[in-house]
Amino acid sequence: MFAMKLLRRMLGVALLLALIGGPARAALDPSLLAGFAGDFQSRMNAIEAIGVAGGDDARRVLDALEAGSLGVLEDKAVIVDGDTVRDAASGEVLTQAVDAVELITVNNRVRRTLANARAALALTSSDRAERLRAAITLGDNPNETLLPVFERALAAETDEEIRGILARAAARINLASPDPLVRLRAVRALGESSDPAVKNLLEGLLQKRDGNWVEPHPEVRTAAKMAIDDIDRRIAIAESVGTVFSGLSLGSILLLAALGLAITYGVMGVINMAHGELLMVGAYATFLVQGLFRSHLPAWLDWYVAAAIPVAFLSAALVGVAMERLVLRHLYGRPLESLLATWGLSLVLIQAARVIFGPQNLELANPSWMSGGVELAAGVVLPYNRIVIIGFAVFVLVLIWLMMQKTRLGMFVRAVTQNRPMAGCVGVPTARVDTLAFAIGSGVAGLGGLALSQIANVGPAMGTGYIVDAFMVVVLGGVGQLAGAVWAALGLGIVSKFLEGWAGAVIAKILVLVFIIVFIQKRPQGIFALKGRFADS
Amino acid sequence: MNRRNFVKALTLSASIAAIGLPVGAHAADTIKVGILHSLSGTMAISETALKNVALMTIEEINAKGGVMGKKLEPVVVDPASNWPLFAEKARQLVAQDKVAAVFGCWTSVSRKSVNPVFKELNGLLFYPVQYEGEELEKNVFYTGAAPNQQAIPAVEYLMSAEGGGAKRFVLLGTDYVYPRTTNKILRAFLKSKGVADADIMEDYTPFGHSDYQTIIANIKKFAAAGKKTAVISTINGDSNVPFYKELGNAGLKATDVPVVAFSVGEEELRGVDTKPLVGHLAAWNYFMSVKNAENTAFVAKYRDWAKKNGVPNADTVVTNDPMEATYVGIYMWKQAVEKAKSTDTDKVIAALGGQTFKAPSGFTLTMDKTNHHLHKPVYIGEVRGDGQFDVVWKTKEPIRAQPWSPFIPGNESKQGI
Repeated sequence: MFAMKLLRRMLGVALLLALIGGPARAALDPSLLAGFAGDFQSRMNAIEAIGVAGGDDARRVLDALEAGSLGVLEDKAVIVDGDTVRDAASGEVLTQAVDAVELITVNNRVRRTLANARAALALTSSDRAERLRAAITLGDNPNETLLPVFERALAAETDEEIRGILARAAARINLASPDPLVRLRAVRALGESSDPAVKNLLEGLLQKRDGNWVEPHPEVRTAAKMAIDDIDRRIAIAESVGTVFSGLSLGSILLLAALGLAITYGVMGVINMAHGELLMVGAYATFLVQGLFRSHLPAWLDWYVAAAIPVAFLSAALVGVAMERLVLRHLYGRPLESLLATWGLSLVLIQAARVIFGPQNLELANPSWMSGGVELAAGVVLPYNRIVIIGFAVFVLVLIWLMMQKTRLGMFVRAVTQNRPMAGCVGVPTARVDTLAFAIGSGVAGLGGLALSQIANVGPAMGTGYIVDAFMVVVLGGVGQLAGAVWAALGLGIVSKFLEGWAGAVIAKILVLVFIIVFIQKRPQGIFALKGRFADS
Repeated sequence: MNRRNFVKALTLSASIAAIGLPVGAHAADTIKVGILHSLSGTMAISETALKNVALMTIEEINAKGGVMGKKLEPVVVDPASNWPLFAEKARQLVAQDKVAAVFGCWTSVSRKSVNPVFKELNGLLFYPVQYEGEELEKNVFYTGAAPNQQAIPAVEYLMSAEGGGAKRFVLLGTDYVYPRTTNKILRAFLKSKGVADADIMEDYTPFGHSDYQTIIANIKKFAAAGKKTAVISTINGDSNVPFYKELGNAGLKATDVPVVAFSVGEEELRGVDTKPLVGHLAAWNYFMSVKNAENTAFVAKYRDWAKKNGVPNADTVVTNDPMEATYVGIYMWKQAVEKAKSTDTDKVIAALGGQTFKAPSGFTLTMDKTNHHLHKPVYIGEVRGDGQFDVVWKTKEPIRAQPWSPFIPGNESKQGI
């Protein structure tokens, strides 16, 4: 039994040594590929065997499997390359049609084997990013057979970051070493980590089993305690940063959803129940731009979001102008009627979207530069799309601020907000200012929809989910106040996230609503009181 | 015919119609069937496709000569994702329109609200969606999966070596009856397999929740404990898109922490870019990617129907498990009516038990003789980059439903109707 185990382990070491140092051969032995026609286990064996063979052909076959273009044709492994079928072993073009190929499926176990085999091949790559990815993949699940691989790669590696990952991965394995000095060094190396998994590993050393310490050497135990403290501190910092970040992110989304409303509600006092649908218009405009890029400018697809900014703004603004000119203009000064009318409009817009685009949610892909995230520590990742949206919220905010403070139109809008009859008396065309302000508010809602499309659903009913949040922010911040909306959105975001971490999503939502009810009772004018038209009434 | 006579005739026929006598050839030649699916509101995203597939199936049956020589006449109503309205519309279908059977409902709460109506009026409902069990109505036939035909096999797969050998589980769901009941069953099942309470994390989010940052961070923390962790998701409806987007961006890969979902199929994944999600799992009784002659024909028929009837985005329509269950349900009803030679509810119910149908899932499905559920095969699929699923595991044959889960105490005595 033991001999078997040892043999297998030695075989594994030999395989992996071969993995990183194997000489490249001209073509793969076709018999290595035969396993792909079998079940998942035989596919895993085939992957390992190909990894051992090494070389560019092995890499090509494994890359094809990863990409889902490796298939089986008459018991032979083939690669589908567009409209041509190539023999996987030799790379020569075959005459059969693509339709005849049965593509090979993998499951998660095979996928893990595949990832490890590809990473082991990539550890000797000349590209730093590729080596880094490989080291992270292999370091996630280190086992004894990988130790020589790590040590070999460590000897050749010059990059500090990759060395750190490899050293920690090696140290995790060395924790089981019979030599206390090796263990001590491993524990000290692991103190540099910020991975909760490592912490659990070290905590395991400090337990007693059958009355004996798992780690017999007291000095190693002391070092482990210190290492755990270090890791704990790092995790705690990373976690608080993560929570604040998710609060900021939620706040920025609330802000984008509410900014447009802050303008329309603030300036004209119109309770616009169709505001959520203006968000939807912006999101659908983004979808259309994505479609245009897919069919006409596939090379630039990653930048469709940037191109969608003006489109989303203008289309939502146009819908807003139409709403204002056709319906709302006749209802100024009658808040109840305008509330009902806008609610009706929202239903019309939802059903229109359903008829034109169908009731299904639309697929909007994050551009590649918005996918993934920065890893602060193991377990705390700041996704790029959220970072971009925070930046976008700041951008929109600055834009609106500049417009309100620095342009003639902004001055008119402020004048009308403060005192409509007086502004009219001195020659401000109040009706036109109303229309323009509503258009801008709607356009900003369109931008909000664009941002939402990158993290949430895009469907006909998407707006209804945000209307309550948007009103919450505007009312909490104080009607007609942009600064109030900003503070309210960020405050709500961060408070919700801390509550959620503490009490769960359902309770957090209830607590936030209770808080707002109490707050509005104590201070009905919101965080910032408005001076002007509304202050009198 | 002068105007006065015309008016007279009209009044006469109207009064005859009003007292319910069969008038004219039209009424005698058709059998009415009701379609009760939300075409607006939050559930429209899922239920519209079921209405479409029901209409397609009815058209297909009519083209082949109808049922007992009579054409089927669909009566489509829209309960608008409003649960009390489901009961009202169901009453209208059965009492006013006198439909022979109703195909409809998606959420468990809508089914619970129509159950009393069908019982009172002795109507017939075919319910096509996987659900939590713990129910058995004489007037309802369940063509979707019971927990032992979906949830339990999925968890067994996750615990097996092939599925990754998971030892720690996150039970994540939307906060309502289906996830709560399913998780209660799963918790009892996991305990029976020796999983400790400390290794189970249960969490719920409100309907329409869209910010999954905290939950994903919690899952990561939970998974870092060293044992292999898997997530079992009963998140329903719209929330799945933000959940999976966050999952992809947070770098939680299927090879590390696989997520198996019970409410996510081809239709739901249409709103998601699935490339970061490759390898996450779903358990169903049918996948669009299943290869067999029935399924190829079924998918092609639905595509054609969608194009012909101007369904939006008709060239990308997909089929999914509840759609297949709707299709099977309508055919089972047709066969039972033909066997009973009547559309009388009691006779049809008696004839339904033991009906078989060669379904697109690749198996011949049987309606159980006693418990109103189908014997169904179980498939476990992994998400592909194109939004479809690769089947990685399946049962050898259809398994019998256990609507009363043996893992909930007190269920031993409740089995048949």
